[in-house]
Amino acid sequence: MASLQGYLIVSTALFGIGAFGFMARRNAILMLISIELMLNSVNLSLVAFNAYIPGANNAGAIFALIVMAVAAAEATVGLALVIAIIRTRQTPEVDEYDDLKE
Amino acid sequence: MLAIGILGGGLAVVTLRNVIHSAVAMMICFGSLAGMYALLGAPIIAAAQVLIYLGAISVLILFAIMLTQAGDASLPAPFHRQAPIAVVIALVVVGLVAWAVVTTAWKAAPAAAAVAVEAVGNLLFTDYALPFEIIGFLLLAAIIGAIFLARRPEEDERAN
Repeated sequence: MASLQGYLIVSTALFGIGAFGFMARRNAILMLISIELMLNSVNLSLVAFNAYIPGANNAGAIFALIVMAVAAAEATVGLALVIAIIRTRQTPEVDEYDDLKE
Repeated sequence: MLAIGILGGGLAVVTLRNVIHSAVAMMICFGSLAGMYALLGAPIIAAAQVLIYLGAISVLILFAIMLTQAGDASLPAPFHRQAPIAVVIALVVVGLVAWAVVTTAWKAAPAAAAVAVEAVGNLLFTDYALPFEIIGFLLLAAIIGAIFLARRPEEDERAN
């Protein structure tokens, strides 16, 4: 299990779970959480590559740190947007946001 | 063991009906990930994971849920009608990537190499100084944008 492929399989499965959650859940906040899951799975694969591929020279660790910072910024703006939308529409369900259809 | 924590937490996040339960499952998932980073010999990444994800983003999401939840009286159906299609698409993606992972001949070292904290710090301020500065600017922009978006319109008028 403790090999590069094991870590990559875990990362892939987590990415799939996040992708399913993003496509299938109706709650806007849950969709943001699913995006965080996908970003975390990519981070895991970056750190695993960094640890197992010789000559990586810590680039994977630094990429992971940068991805974390960007994910924090994305979560901040995304949650602010969701709160603003919920304040006007009174519901977190994304399929109720159909103003443009009318 | 940690993999079970990660994948079980992830599955619980996307399948639980109550959003707050999902958020708690998300914290379990992120905590297991921090353990896995420590296992991979990257303690700096594990520390950053605990600080940023467990500390900051989880609290942010819990606050957002508490601000938006009207009460747990009526829990609507959690999934869209297209959920079966989403399962198929996600499984296809996972299958393709897993096939690529298994069939590629990785030139991998047999054991994980540890990440020296000092080396990461030096790289971050020498070779990767420009991305570091850009990240700082991006975070500033995100803070200002979030304040602007989350402000109530009527507070605007009172301020003017």
